[in-house]
Amino acid sequence: MAKRRLYIGTHIALVLIGAVMVLPLLYMVVNAFKPYDEFFLWPPRFWVRRPTLEHFANLVMSTDASVVPVSRYVFNSVFVTALTVSLILVVQSMAAFPLAKHRFPGRRIIYVLNMAAFMFATEVVQIPRFLVVNALGMVDTYWALIIPLLAQPFMVFLLVQYMGEVPEALLEAARMDGANHWYVYSRVVMPLIRPALATVLIFTFIAIWRDGFSPIIYVRTEALKTLPVVMSTIFGGGVGRAGPAAAASFLMTAPTVVIFVLLQRHVLSTMAYSGIKE
Amino acid sequence: MTSPASAAAIRPGRRRPGSVRAFFRRHGASYLFVLPFVVLFLVFYVAPVLVSMGLSFTYFNVLQPPRWVGLANYVSLFLADDVFVIAIANTLKFALFTGPLGFVLSFLFAWLITSTGRARIPYTLVYYAPSIAGGMTSVWLLIFSGDRYGILNYLLMSSGILDEPFLWTGDPSTVMPVIIFVALWSSMGTGFLAQMAGLQSIPGEMYEAGKVDGIPTRWHELWYITIPMMKPYLLVAAVLQVVASFNVFGIALDIAGFPSTLYAGHTIVTHLWDYAFLRFEMGYSSGIAMVLFVATFGLNRLLRRLLTR
Repeated sequence: MAKRRLYIGTHIALVLIGAVMVLPLLYMVVNAFKPYDEFFLWPPRFWVRRPTLEHFANLVMSTDASVVPVSRYVFNSVFVTALTVSLILVVQSMAAFPLAKHRFPGRRIIYVLNMAAFMFATEVVQIPRFLVVNALGMVDTYWALIIPLLAQPFMVFLLVQYMGEVPEALLEAARMDGANHWYVYSRVVMPLIRPALATVLIFTFIAIWRDGFSPIIYVRTEALKTLPVVMSTIFGGGVGRAGPAAAASFLMTAPTVVIFVLLQRHVLSTMAYSGIKE
Repeated sequence: MTSPASAAAIRPGRRRPGSVRAFFRRHGASYLFVLPFVVLFLVFYVAPVLVSMGLSFTYFNVLQPPRWVGLANYVSLFLADDVFVIAIANTLKFALFTGPLGFVLSFLFAWLITSTGRARIPYTLVYYAPSIAGGMTSVWLLIFSGDRYGILNYLLMSSGILDEPFLWTGDPSTVMPVIIFVALWSSMGTGFLAQMAGLQSIPGEMYEAGKVDGIPTRWHELWYITIPMMKPYLLVAAVLQVVASFNVFGIALDIAGFPSTLYAGHTIVTHLWDYAFLRFEMGYSSGIAMVLFVATFGLNRLLRRLLTR
């Protein structure tokens, strides 16, 4: 009986605090669809009575102070994020393969460096990284938003741990049938680590989609900037642009939550099986 | 016919060509696989860090070539920079709360949620969502807005607790608590997931064995079974938390504004950003970066030692 009460108590506590977690998010979602007369209601009302898409339309068609429509920023964000995430999956899984399955001299160093790099705040590294990017002539191109982010630390750890779980026997069998390394990697190992790949996809997607720092530093041309950058311009528009600001916040937040919902069962299973024990 | 090994012994100065080829035959593929990653990592992560180290001993304003100044940056940073002291105090206050508190909270919620069985999936989503939601600053500013239209002010005033609107993000004594609250709200991130995974990885037999051995309460169960089994996951979560806490910047900037009243929302990275991107003093900001790096690194070492007993 006491156990039942503890159970209910737990649920009540979780739901109450869960409300604190979720309500601001819901509020933002709801606001994005409120017409202006409901937006500025006083006293404030939570739900929307007559939802509208006018703020989103406003976003698409407005041109702000610059000549670039917001839809361009959205495109940039989608393009850069999609390309970067795909490349990260390839490059980092390729690197994880020998790290997990083959003891070669130098893997210790890679681990240590990786861990150390992780502790360096991004903002900190951006200054000299800009100098490197500049020296390579990549400033003001899409590449500057893609290439520097490909060797992110930490993600490769997840992949290595998960790959370690793939039974050696499978690889042996494939090799005995004459498979070369690339075949083993792409046809045997990769399909087996889908949950880990999904996890890396989620985390890197979120990080890159929300990154407002890199575009400001590496890109001068307005037409190449991504969504987070434009957020501050829209917010700067004050009350007059509160509606589009809410719509923009929605655009920023919705994809990350959607992707997470779609792939979340992979995340938990990855973390569980990856045996983070070192 | 002498074997290759003894041949090398006879003529010690001569490298056996076979060994190099054998080396590449054994490891060549591995190096090729890691090559893209390693090259990118060296160019865009290692090189900038090294450059940063070097720059911290120079005066560099981007327009002119760097000028060597030795330890001058560090000297003025530690002895002459009042704002840096404030920034350290703020960051420590922030890290102290969001670090251990955030860690304990995420463990607490992970534990509570795991114990609900099937229902844990929607709960996990609800608790994890704030950490990935990107554009939330506008909402929080609405809630904590200093005029009477701010949601919090409205709730407090209509229930009689407040008489007039309170400037949550402008008053130096409340800015940091607000930032801490929002940070905690969005902190159920990767560390939280790691702890969820850790909790789920504990085999049920351990609990049954515990019951057989007569463990009295749930608290005992927690202390003697759950936590020891989760050490590696706890470590991962702790490391992530520490790094994130010490590197706080974006959230503080959005809420407190720049410059914040009496620098109450000024963190170490804010200070770094100020000197790097507003004043173009790359050398000085690199010095700040180095100090931060050493501190974070040292703290992580300490954590490791504490949690891998």
